[in-house]
Formats: sequence, structure tokens, C-alpha cells
Amino acid sequence: MSRDEERVDARDVAWYVDKVASTLIFVGGISAVVFIVGIFAFVTREGLAFVVGRFDFVEFFTSIAWRPTSLLRPTFGALGLIAGTAAVTGLAMLVSIPVSMGVAIYIAEFARGRTREVLKVLVELLAAVPSVVWGFIGLMIMNPLIIDVFDVPLGLGVLNSGLILGLMAAPIMTTLAEDALKAVPDSYREAGEAMGATRWQVITRVVLPAAKRGLVAAALLGVGRGFGETMAVLMASGHAIHLPTSVFDSVRALTATIAAELGEAPVGSDHYRALFTLGIFLFVITFFINLTADVLVRRVKKE
Amino acid sequence: MFQSTEQNFRAARNEKVAKLLLGALTVVLILPVFMILTTLVVKGAPAISWEFLTTNPKDGMTAGGILPALVGTVWLVAVALVASVPVGVAAAVYLTEYAPDNWLTRAINLAIINLAGVPSIVHALFGVGAFVLFFELGTSILAASLTLAIMALPVVIVATREALQAVPHSFREACWAMGATRWQTIRHVVLPNSVSGILTGVILEVSRTAGETAPIMFTGAAFFLPFLPQSVYDQTMALSLHLFVVTTQVPGVPVAMPYGVALVLVAVVLIMNAGSIWLRMYLRGKKKW
Repeated sequence: MSRDEERVDARDVAWYVDKVASTLIFVGGISAVVFIVGIFAFVTREGLAFVVGRFDFVEFFTSIAWRPTSLLRPTFGALGLIAGTAAVTGLAMLVSIPVSMGVAIYIAEFARGRTREVLKVLVELLAAVPSVVWGFIGLMIMNPLIIDVFDVPLGLGVLNSGLILGLMAAPIMTTLAEDALKAVPDSYREAGEAMGATRWQVITRVVLPAAKRGLVAAALLGVGRGFGETMAVLMASGHAIHLPTSVFDSVRALTATIAAELGEAPVGSDHYRALFTLGIFLFVITFFINLTADVLVRRVKKE
Repeated sequence: MFQSTEQNFRAARNEKVAKLLLGALTVVLILPVFMILTTLVVKGAPAISWEFLTTNPKDGMTAGGILPALVGTVWLVAVALVASVPVGVAAAVYLTEYAPDNWLTRAINLAIINLAGVPSIVHALFGVGAFVLFFELGTSILAASLTLAIMALPVVIVATREALQAVPHSFREACWAMGATRWQTIRHVVLPNSVSGILTGVILEVSRTAGETAPIMFTGAAFFLPFLPQSVYDQTMALSLHLFVVTTQVPGVPVAMPYGVALVLVAVVLIMNAGSIWLRMYLRGKKKW
């Protein structure tokens, strides 16, 4: 080796430290991917034996008979649970999508200075209330209120948990929708106003169409959040498994079923594996909701 | 000359109506916060005393205090922080300082969104399948905290990434120009300049994990355990689960008690959260560059 080549090699301690650090950071970097794959793998690992064995596609999606603990003939029809989740999430979105879009428009386009800062903080604090506290509110405050106001025997059900879920999803949707409105360049608004349009005309004819995709993504992520919510639905929805026919009906959601039954299901039993199968189902659906929202947001960024 | 036409007039009136309606909607969304807080304080405050915070529950949880639940929550949150902060900060450093614009980076970002979006009960199933059974940690603080750590990871990553991105690129270039390695630049320039921003994320994570219930239900939190945990391999009570238990599982609880538990939990969560928001605003106002 000639002396010139020796001098070129500048690998000192710092160089090696740098290599080790960048490797560790890379491992940290891909951790989120590892974990999301891990979640899918481990939940599937526990549920797979049911999916390939006892699982009956037709029964699962068309029967409302969820009797996993029956000694004679356990049945695993999840339709009632799916309907419960759909009813609660549906009502929640009916309430929270218009409210959050309206609030987002108010905060992004009308509110100024201090008012806006205070509103944003309040929305953020609303998002911070833990789900078990929302469940508590549903059970202790909303339940007697609904019984009083509507003169029904039970206040736990679609209406109660739908409203609670709506309140829970609204802050997240509001924040995301506000971000989407913020992403519309000010030059659009200025162009509109220069044409003599009022602020409201600019919002409805310029800003909202331009922010359309971001707003849809915000609503979708809100749906995902409501869909996967567990404790609040567990406490505020009652527990009857059936197809709800009125907003006062008591229902049982997918998430609540897992939370209510996992503790009693013996590890390795059909019941236990069936609950993990519900978990796989929830995972796959939220994954696609998030994926769709991500595609929408990315397309906005490209434009 | 400008003339106020019928059309102008109508447009101006529409705007006023719209603004009023949207403002009213905002009040409708914000109002519950105050109603809930007032109710919790009014009904919960009578239950809270020094004794409530420092004694064990007794008489089948219908009386006594919440000490083991409070201590248990501190354990769960602390262990979750130890596990998730280094990983989350590393992930954020990778994304801001190293990641090229390729499919892997896109996959990482998608995974972060999904980690935040996966239902909490699915995180719980994962915790049972992975930590409790596969890694044989049993139902323990360690298993519950690791489950919480993974669930809270996106909070740390997103906050840290924001803090790192706020450090101007010229700072890094100046450091590289001095012959420093990438890691030296990160260690001595980027991280010191973003540490308080990272702190806001950590506080936010504390507030988030302290309130979680579903992920710890089957992985390490116990309904009733009147002892303080001695190690991470013990089970423990937790404030959030305790609220669920005294509200739904125990008959004959005096009505003030669950309100008291809820008030303590909400106070812990909201104070931490408000602190994090305040710190973020303070830092934004103080920024020198």
C-alpha cells in the first residue's frame, strides 16, 4: 500500500460512531413499519386457526347469532355486531361531519387572532378527553338525560353512543379539515376577493372546491376513528346483539364485543380465536380507510 | 361608480348569516367541554380528599381511595415512555435527516398513520398475542406498557419531526462545513435545538397513555389489586380501568366516587395536555430564527 492511499483513509472514531448511529437510527426509522406488520402478524397468528377452521363466511356475514359460548352449538354470526358498529358510526358521522366542517371553516376563514388561537386550543383539549371518560359521560350523564327527554326505558344505545362518538371524532376531523383549508393558497382567496366576491362567496366557490380532497380525507379519518373506538361504545351502547331499527335501540359493536368477551374466553378456544378474527376484520378495514385518506392527501400535495 | 345593487346586498347578508351559523356550530362543539368539566367538578369534587388520593380501595371498591390506581398509572406511563421515546425520536430523526424520497419512506409514513388509526382494542389483541403470550411476559406492567408504547409511538414521531424540521437547514450546513459527521451534526446541533419541541411531544404522549384503557385491560391492568406494584413483572391497577370498573362492574358504589375518579383522570390528562400546548406556543413565540 502506498503512502498516498493511506492518507486518503480518514476513518477515525467519529466515522465509526457515525456508522453505528445511522444504523440505529435506520432501525428506529423502520420501527413503525415493523410494528404495523407485527400487529397484523400477531393478531392473525392467534385468529388464523379459526379463520381456516371453524370460520364460515356465510354465517359470519349474514347471521346475527353470535353465541360463542353456547355449549351445544356455538355460532359465530357477526352481522349484528357489524350492524351495531355501522349504526353507531353512521349516526356519529351524521352529527360530526357537518359540525366539524362548519367549525373548521369558521376557524380557518372567519376567526382572527386571539379568538382563533383559543378555539384551536379548546378543540385540541376536546380531543384529549380519554375514551373511558366519554363512556362514563354516556353512562352517567347522557343515559338519564335521554330517558328523561324522550321518555324511553333505556338511554343506552345508538343515539347515546352515536352522539358521544360524534363528539369524540369531531375535534380530529375539525383539525384535519382546517389543515386542508389552510393548504389552499391565499392567492386563490385574493383573486376571488379582487373580483368583488364576498368572503362567503370565496369560501363556497373557491376554497371549498380547492380543498375538496383534503376535506374528504379528514372525514374518512374521522370515520376510521369512530369505527375503532372501544371504551365509549362499550359503556354507552347497551349490549343487545341485533339489527337496530330505531335510534333508541341498544346495540353491540365489534370493538365492544372484543373488549367485553376477551377476558372470559379461554386462550386457544374457538371463542378466543373468533375474537381475534374480529380484530383482523377491524384492522383490515381501518387499514383501507387510512390508505384511502393517505392517497387523497398525497394527491393534494402533488397538485 | 359603485352602486349597492340588490345582488350585492344579498351577498353581504348571506355572508353574515353564514358567519353567524358557523359561529353557533363552533359554540355547539365547544360547549360540551365546559358542561362536562363543570359536571365533573361539581359532582366529583366532594369525593376528592387527601385520603381519597392516598389510601387503598376498601369494602369491595365501594369506599376508600385510589392510591394503587394512581401509582399504577404512573408506572404504566413511565415504562411506556422509556420504551417509546428513544424509538420515536430515532424514527423522526431518520425521517427528517436521512430518509430519501422513496417507497420505503412512503411506507414508513403510511405505517405511522396506521399505527395511530388502528383501533385501540386491536392494539390490545396485539399486546395479548405478542407480549403476554409469545414473549411470555404474562399480564404485567411490562406487557401493558409496551402495548401502550407502540400505540403512542406516532405521537412522539409526529411531534419530534415537527421540532426537527423547525431547525433551519443552514445550521446543519454550517456544521457539515466544519467537517462534522452526520451524527455529530445531529447530536450537537439538531437535537439541542429541538429538545424542547420534542418535550411537547413527550408530555402529549404522557397525557394520551394515561387515559388509555382498552390496550391495558388484558395485558397488565387488574380490576382490583390493593398492593403497589414492586416490579415491571407485576400486574397493577390503573386509573382509567378503575373508572371503567367502578362505573360498570361494581354494584353499590356511592355516586360521588366514580365522578371523583373521572375528575382525577381528566385533570391529569387535561393539565398535561394544556401544558404541552402552552409549551409549544411559548416556543413558537420565542424562536430566534
